[in-house]
Amino acid sequence: MNRFEMLQKEADTLPGVGVEHDAQGRLLFTAVPQAVPELAVWLNERAFEFATLVVEETAPGFHLVHYFFYARESGERITIEAHVGPGVGLPTISDRVHAADWHERETEDLFGVCFTGHPFLGDFVLHDEDWPENIWPMRHDFDPRASHPRGRGLDEDWRPRRLLEEQGALEFPVGPIWGDYGESGLCLLETPGEQIRLAHMRLFYKYRGIEKIAEGEPPDKALLLAERFSGNAAFAHALAFCQAIESIAGVKISERSRRLRVVCAELERMRYHMTVIADLAGSTGLAVGKAMGQELEEELLRLTETTMGHRYLFGLAVPGGLARDLPDAAITRLRTEIPSLMPRIQRFGRWLKVSSSFLDRIEEMGVLSTDDAKLYGVVGPVGRAAGREADLRRGLPYAAYDQFPPDIMVEQEGDGYARLRVFLREIEQSARLILAALGHLPSETVRTDCMAVDGNALGWVEAPAGAAFHWLKLDGDGCITRWRAGTPGFRNWHAFHRTVEGAAFQDFPIILASFGLSVAENDR
Amino acid sequence: MANWVLHSLKRGIRTERYRESEPLPAGTTPGRPKPQRMDESAAAALAECCPTGALQVQSPGIRVDFGRCIHCQRCRGDEGLEWRQDATWATHLEGAQESLGGSFRRALHVRYLDAGACGGCMGEARLIDAPQYNLHRYGIFITSTPRDADLLLVAGPVTEALRRPLLDAYEAMPEPKRVVAMGVCAINGGVFGKSFASCGGAAEVVPVDIVIPGCPPPPRAIIEGLLLAVGRSRSAQAVEAP
Repeated sequence: MNRFEMLQKEADTLPGVGVEHDAQGRLLFTAVPQAVPELAVWLNERAFEFATLVVEETAPGFHLVHYFFYARESGERITIEAHVGPGVGLPTISDRVHAADWHERETEDLFGVCFTGHPFLGDFVLHDEDWPENIWPMRHDFDPRASHPRGRGLDEDWRPRRLLEEQGALEFPVGPIWGDYGESGLCLLETPGEQIRLAHMRLFYKYRGIEKIAEGEPPDKALLLAERFSGNAAFAHALAFCQAIESIAGVKISERSRRLRVVCAELERMRYHMTVIADLAGSTGLAVGKAMGQELEEELLRLTETTMGHRYLFGLAVPGGLARDLPDAAITRLRTEIPSLMPRIQRFGRWLKVSSSFLDRIEEMGVLSTDDAKLYGVVGPVGRAAGREADLRRGLPYAAYDQFPPDIMVEQEGDGYARLRVFLREIEQSARLILAALGHLPSETVRTDCMAVDGNALGWVEAPAGAAFHWLKLDGDGCITRWRAGTPGFRNWHAFHRTVEGAAFQDFPIILASFGLSVAENDR
Repeated sequence: MANWVLHSLKRGIRTERYRESEPLPAGTTPGRPKPQRMDESAAAALAECCPTGALQVQSPGIRVDFGRCIHCQRCRGDEGLEWRQDATWATHLEGAQESLGGSFRRALHVRYLDAGACGGCMGEARLIDAPQYNLHRYGIFITSTPRDADLLLVAGPVTEALRRPLLDAYEAMPEPKRVVAMGVCAINGGVFGKSFASCGGAAEVVPVDIVIPGCPPPPRAIIEGLLLAVGRSRSAQAVEAP
């Protein structure tokens, strides 16, 4: 009996839980609402990671809630499903599986599904000063294109809650619009003077409701949204979206497109990480370092454009493979330019690592402890820099990552310097993967016919910032009835406040830059 | 200790010369479709494949509304349209305020404002300062506060929650002031359109003078747009006929 079968047997004995094996080779637990928290903890104890929470409205007021879990190393997948009726709450799991905290807050705000026992519901996606209560945008009876009452919320004079009661304590708002090139979002810093004691993130100023406006649209139209809600990880999200569709259609894509997808995704990762490093140098006032980083970033963008047709890889991923094949000239160019860029990137990294004035600002700064990273389910390079060996490319390989597995770059300190080292080493790793995947490319089509109707599936990728899960449900015409984008930004912003609490004011922008987070990815 | 000054001097000047008449360095721009003459059925097929309505049939061929083109590349290819690798894209809107003249021509302060952009526009707007482009040689500077700004550079479809902050920033700017909407989202809402969460473009909230089409517009196109605001670049056509 293997581990999975043992789990199945063990789960069968849990009260209020039905266990099935579904067609996609995962376990499906159907639970009564009261059994969900125990079951979630039970899975957590068996090293299953919380992936994402998906809610769909089955009938007016009735909801089906899916909790997705996966085993980080073996890639086994388990889903918990629970039905909730109108006016009934679902017991919260966020007090015990804290990574689900923001997922529950979002669900409450957008669907009106209440999580009993959750301490902070309301004012999350829909801000209280803008939106009246009892509007649930994700329910089917809500028309996203109609005009809705605005600016008449519950509390027009909304003020953030303040916890710090010291003499002279104040709450310092950063945002919602930022100086220079910050993405919009409000960060409230509570301080008695110099040290940040508490930080509250109030995001979703950039909420564009992509999951709602995609409803009823055919996938090729929604794909434009999947690419453009978070432009600097466009290919990653488009890929997860396409993989979900391919999984519904049961389509196997060609070997050539599987490998080229690795090439595209890794080139995007190189550029994304380079942006983070350039911004980190800029945040510490290292102007020459920032300029050199941006120069390399621009070169990577140009390389992307000349080989793939768009600087941000828009319009490349399609269900069934890739929209266009890479011409031979592009492949040759990648084979020559990547090896010539790498020594320059490595040299730049070495200079950063020996600049004491720069290191002083990032070492032991913005520490995310391994415990916190685990508690919040932090993903991607930020999680790996805090000792979490999590990478979907290895755990749940997709595209051609089963043949080209990356080495997972793990550091233990969880500070800004650890994050910088992870970003630098992952660039090297990506370059290696690109060259390997370009090695023996079979010549065949890169686009397989892919017509998906009536079904649902989860697609996932290791986006540059970490694990991304896109869940799609299509109707009989192949149009979207529900799409959920579970993004790394959403996961990691949740934990961000832990790292600035205790830091000095001037370190705030540096810690922020070292996280490399995207607000657009969070806000959707 | 890395000697950054020495490293930097050794590398020499990395800024690229720019002349509109000369081809841009490869990869600088994603390019965009070129209006073309063709028979009606071919034009109708192309207009059909365009998901945003940027390609429109106009006898005898296809015309392009650049304010809608998001470079999805679906019209590109053997049977599709030819693409043009240029970057002078900004258009001075009809009836808008004229260019800032006088001393602004060599000292323009710009406030970038993210009104719900995906990150692509911000990525490109950040790079106008990269060594290859070197914004400062034009006398253009990025400023943090709207009170010091002559020009507001807006990206994103303007989400409902950012409507107020955008208006506040605009009102805090001293006269004379100009607004540039960069990217298709800021022009008309782009793929997000007008919905419960998005206003459908900057012009719904503040008066827009110049638009820079593109998804996202590359750094060179942004610089051209900023130069246009001070009368140092030419205005491109918003819609081009075959």
